[in-house]
Amino acid sequence: MSLKERVQRCLGDDVIAITEYRGDLGIEVPKGNIVSVLTRLKEDETLGFDFLTDLFGVDNLDYYAKKKKKPKKKAAGEEELVEEEEDKGPPPPRFEVVYLLQALKTNERLQVKIRVPEDDMEVDTITTIWKAADWPEREAFDMFGFKFRGHHNLRRLLMWDEFEDHPLRKDYPLEGKGEERHLSYD
Amino acid sequence: MGFQAYQGEGWLLTKAEQLINWGRSRSPWPFPYGTACCGIELMAALASSYDMARFGAERVGFSPRQCDVLIEAGTITKKMVPVLKTIYAQMAEPKWVIAVGACACTGGVFRTYSTQQGIGSIIPVDVFVPGCPPRPEGILYALLKLLDKIQEDHPLYKKRQEVAEALEAGK
Repeated sequence: MSLKERVQRCLGDDVIAITEYRGDLGIEVPKGNIVSVLTRLKEDETLGFDFLTDLFGVDNLDYYAKKKKKPKKKAAGEEELVEEEEDKGPPPPRFEVVYLLQALKTNERLQVKIRVPEDDMEVDTITTIWKAADWPEREAFDMFGFKFRGHHNLRRLLMWDEFEDHPLRKDYPLEGKGEERHLSYD
Repeated sequence: MGFQAYQGEGWLLTKAEQLINWGRSRSPWPFPYGTACCGIELMAALASSYDMARFGAERVGFSPRQCDVLIEAGTITKKMVPVLKTIYAQMAEPKWVIAVGACACTGGVFRTYSTQQGIGSIIPVDVFVPGCPPRPEGILYALLKLLDKIQEDHPLYKKRQEVAEALEAGK
């Protein structure tokens, strides 16, 4: 049975979308079920994704908006049709958290993705499944501002503690907002 | 050489300033502060084939208390700025600073939120070495330039000024 079929059999309705690109399988799952999904992927005998390669965030600000703005210069009648076609409801949530898994026995890889809306940045921690998720979750919190619910030590990893923004967000200016670090010794 | 030694019982005729500068310029102990790839070039400059020890930079110290020249080789992130300031403050006078590489001079290619745009705005720098990274010859040349600068220094004059200023402040 192919990897795609095994994953679909294991997760059932939890798979919202499934993509395949050059042999790499990616699935999207509901945000609230991420812990249960990853536990099932890890403990399923036919899959055995027991190794967390990486965990990171993605900011899709303007990504879907830009796609919509492509004006096609054709005849007036056709233009209206194009606009109607492109209006496919509201764009997907702004942020994503991506989990890269690997099965050490079969050397198969899987990309699991959840979408996180801007007004609800809380995501369940997966440090209960893999301790290796500790620092990647801290980095994702530092750079994007995800609140990993249940993380035992959710502090900034790269920027200093007093830093206020989340610099990998697309609306944060590349050259910063003039933050400086000052240390005070008691 | 600013003075001559005569044989016999042996006596010197020189100026105290020149004697001090002679001593300082022949033992500039470096403090290596390598934070990026420039640190590798600094290591090469210190190692046997380039051998910075030829110019008196004999003892590389890892305690800022016992060093004269802070060789800052590499990128300084904004998170690192207070550390660099502290280390510079911990060095005993007289002290000099060489900024090695584009990052230490101007921030280099990292014109971003996390990178300090040149250490010249944090601590006083005596010699800037451009390059990404500069070759060991560049670092040696910077050291020689620094030695020239030390030899033209007026340590006693400066000291007198400091004492005068301290007295003035005391009143």
